[in-house]
Amino acid sequence: MDVPSSEPELRALMTAGLVGDAIAYKMLLERLSSQLRAYFKGQLNRLNRGPVEAEDLVQEVLIAIHTRRHTYDRSQLFTPWVYAIARYKFVDYLRRTKQSIEDLPIEETEEINVRDDGAPVESSLDLERLMTSLPLRMRQAIQAVKLDGLSVREASEQCGMSESNVKVSVHRGLKALALQIRKKGRNDED
Amino acid sequence: MKTDHLIDMLSTNIEPVKDSGRLKIAFGVALIVGGAASFCVMLATVGLRTAAGGGFHPSFLVLKLLFMLVLIVGGTALLARLIRPGQDAHRLYRAIFLPVLVLGVAGVIALAREPTWAACKRMVLGTEWATCAFCIPLFAIIPFVALIWALRQGAPTNLTRTGAIAGLVAGALGAAAYAFHCPDDSLPFIAIWYGAMVMFCAWIGARLGPWLLRW
Repeated sequence: MDVPSSEPELRALMTAGLVGDAIAYKMLLERLSSQLRAYFKGQLNRLNRGPVEAEDLVQEVLIAIHTRRHTYDRSQLFTPWVYAIARYKFVDYLRRTKQSIEDLPIEETEEINVRDDGAPVESSLDLERLMTSLPLRMRQAIQAVKLDGLSVREASEQCGMSESNVKVSVHRGLKALALQIRKKGRNDED
Repeated sequence: MKTDHLIDMLSTNIEPVKDSGRLKIAFGVALIVGGAASFCVMLATVGLRTAAGGGFHPSFLVLKLLFMLVLIVGGTALLARLIRPGQDAHRLYRAIFLPVLVLGVAGVIALAREPTWAACKRMVLGTEWATCAFCIPLFAIIPFVALIWALRQGAPTNLTRTGAIAGLVAGALGAAAYAFHCPDDSLPFIAIWYGAMVMFCAWIGARLGPWLLRW
């Protein structure tokens, strides 16, 4: 595949993020989110599907990139890694939302396309509702470390868990969140 | 949910990631535990080859084990690529089936050199072909479960292919365990029964992959 000009910069940000540089990592996710948004909007547009779904996918891929970042080999190119994940999640998404492709009337989607002015949209994912489905300890750990921004030590005191338990709970909690998001497509059809 | 909100959440207090150590350990554990379990199942069911079964013939045992070792090493190398998104593995994927083909050809040559039909039949069916066909997939079950566990810690994006190779490696581990019992020493026997049963395990793995490996 063609390697985009952004590759060296993204790769440097990823490498910094992997050793724990939060600022570089945040920049990386921001850059990726706009690239992924353009990618998914283009793909979904051809299927007459709207920007909210694109945003769902962007977020799902960001979580996937985060929870699977240990599978990135630092000696390899970064962009193919990201796009392999994006493609995988896209195919998976289409497969599990097959029903709604057929259900979507064409007029309605044109209306959505007209209203799509490129402004940031919110995804249909509700973080708080997804969080309630997690086991208590994982929820507490994510709330403390990831949402309230406490250090692992502070979180371990607040939640009454050991520091390594907090780390494991955050890691597993994010994976469980990713699973909940994946299942959401199916629940919506019920 | 706003994407900015999610990015804030993901990048807050990130943990450094050690270079792929976790995946290597998972594979090592899966292969060792799977192989050991497979050997124990063999001991508990059919047992080691007895004197009545022809006793100990190192040359054929070594040949069988070597054949399986090639498949296990090649398959594991391929799996290590398949769990990393974006790593090309097309060529390797085909090459992994090459040892089976080589053995198949060797088997045919050995058969062609046999003078009589009865001798050929004896070579192909051996004394325990049905046990062999049944035991290899049976012994492959635990290694397969262990490998799936390890693979789920990676990020496979081609689930059918990853499942097939996991089945192949598990089948090869099962066949290696069975080799310690197997009383049949002939090239055609190994080519047909070992080769076919390992391929059968790969096929099952390919069918199960998309169900078991989804993430």
